[in-house]
Amino acid sequence: MSSSTPLLEYTLHLADDVLILGHRNSEWTGHGPILEQDIALSNIALDLIGQARNFYQYAAGLAGNDSGESIYPAGGGGVVTEDTLAFLRDGWDFRNSLLTEQTNGDWAKTILRQFFFSAFQVDLYEQLAVGRDTTLAAIGAKAYKEALYHLRWSSEWVIRLGDGTDESHQRMKKALEELWKFTGELYIPAPYERWAAEAEIGPDLSQLRVRWKERVKEVFDEAGLTYPVTEWMQTGGKEGRHTEQLGYVLAEMQFLQRAYPGCEW
Amino acid sequence: MENKHDNTTVSVQEIRALLKEVNDPEVPVLSVLDLGIVRDIRIDGGTVEVIITPTYSGCPAMDMIRTEIKAVLELHGYKDARITTVLSPAWTTEWMSQEGKDKLRAYGIAPPTPLQQVCHTKLFHREEAIQCPHCHSYHTSLISEFGSTACKALYRCEDCKEPFDYFKCH
Ligand SMILES: [Zn+2]
Repeated sequence: MSSSTPLLEYTLHLADDVLILGHRNSEWTGHGPILEQDIALSNIALDLIGQARNFYQYAAGLAGNDSGESIYPAGGGGVVTEDTLAFLRDGWDFRNSLLTEQTNGDWAKTILRQFFFSAFQVDLYEQLAVGRDTTLAAIGAKAYKEALYHLRWSSEWVIRLGDGTDESHQRMKKALEELWKFTGELYIPAPYERWAAEAEIGPDLSQLRVRWKERVKEVFDEAGLTYPVTEWMQTGGKEGRHTEQLGYVLAEMQFLQRAYPGCEW
Repeated sequence: MENKHDNTTVSVQEIRALLKEVNDPEVPVLSVLDLGIVRDIRIDGGTVEVIITPTYSGCPAMDMIRTEIKAVLELHGYKDARITTVLSPAWTTEWMSQEGKDKLRAYGIAPPTPLQQVCHTKLFHREEAIQCPHCHSYHTSLISEFGSTACKALYRCEDCKEPFDYFKCH
């Protein structure tokens, strides 16, 4: 069996982050608080899943370059594809950060989760776009503008809710309590992220963290929210140790392909 | 079946003329050329390659556009045409043709303004005045950043009171 490479692991991590968050957001489709925002979140989900497809297509090519049997699941004809990577890997193979798999909760929690991720994603993709891997650079440059748009939309909602009514403020505070412990992981590099930084493919995450803190503080100030004093942060997702929430996402997302392998409609 | 075109008769101009017949399934008033997603046309012997780029990463119309380009070329005798998707450089509304912008307006969608709206990230702040495609008033306001497709936002005209789509600059 062939082994994985840091580039493949890194690409899968990038893909998994946006697939899982995109899938979570898509759970709102048809359930948004008002029609316009239902459409907004569905569009954001579409952008994220589109970005995931680009990363998975690249990853599938990399997995196929290995001689011999791939350690990644293959479909018909033994070929690893974007679909087999998304639909046939198990939870411990997913490299998404824990933040992206957390439950939607109420609108406040969904908004805050998106805001935390977008505030990270814009700088990550801006750096990918100037990195040495031309495919990742192209995907990053393409998606950067989308991430900026998501950041603006979610920032405005954090302010609207934080600085809104007593109830919306309380809900935002509760969301912050629930999600804060998952934000540190974004900036604690997994081995493949350290490799990517050294290879000048991806950014040095400790530098990105400074910018993220500025972005979040600026919005929190306007929203009347207190930037938490950093306490213990939960990690593990980027190396396959997930919260129980990922299982629920995969059960729903992968059910059809596992029950009816290769099914198309 | 024999390929009816040999390398002496195939020209980029002919292919471009055919691509004018292929419309964006989500904004059917625009051809793929108007939209600016056709980046190159290459002819190698009798084989045609059309290079396209998606508008947004998750644009669900891309698969259909690929299929339609292939179908139109095949219908005109260009067998085995290759449709290649590239991501770089990233698509921008700056590549939309003037003709495309005029068609959009006539169709009731406000065309993208040249300013890079997405680039100024100042919150709750919209510098651009979007013109109502119905009564041409600039007295309009944003209803939602996201419209019926990823490439559009929803606006309302404060004069004629009609809602309308704005093809947002990107
Ligand atoms: Zn009007």
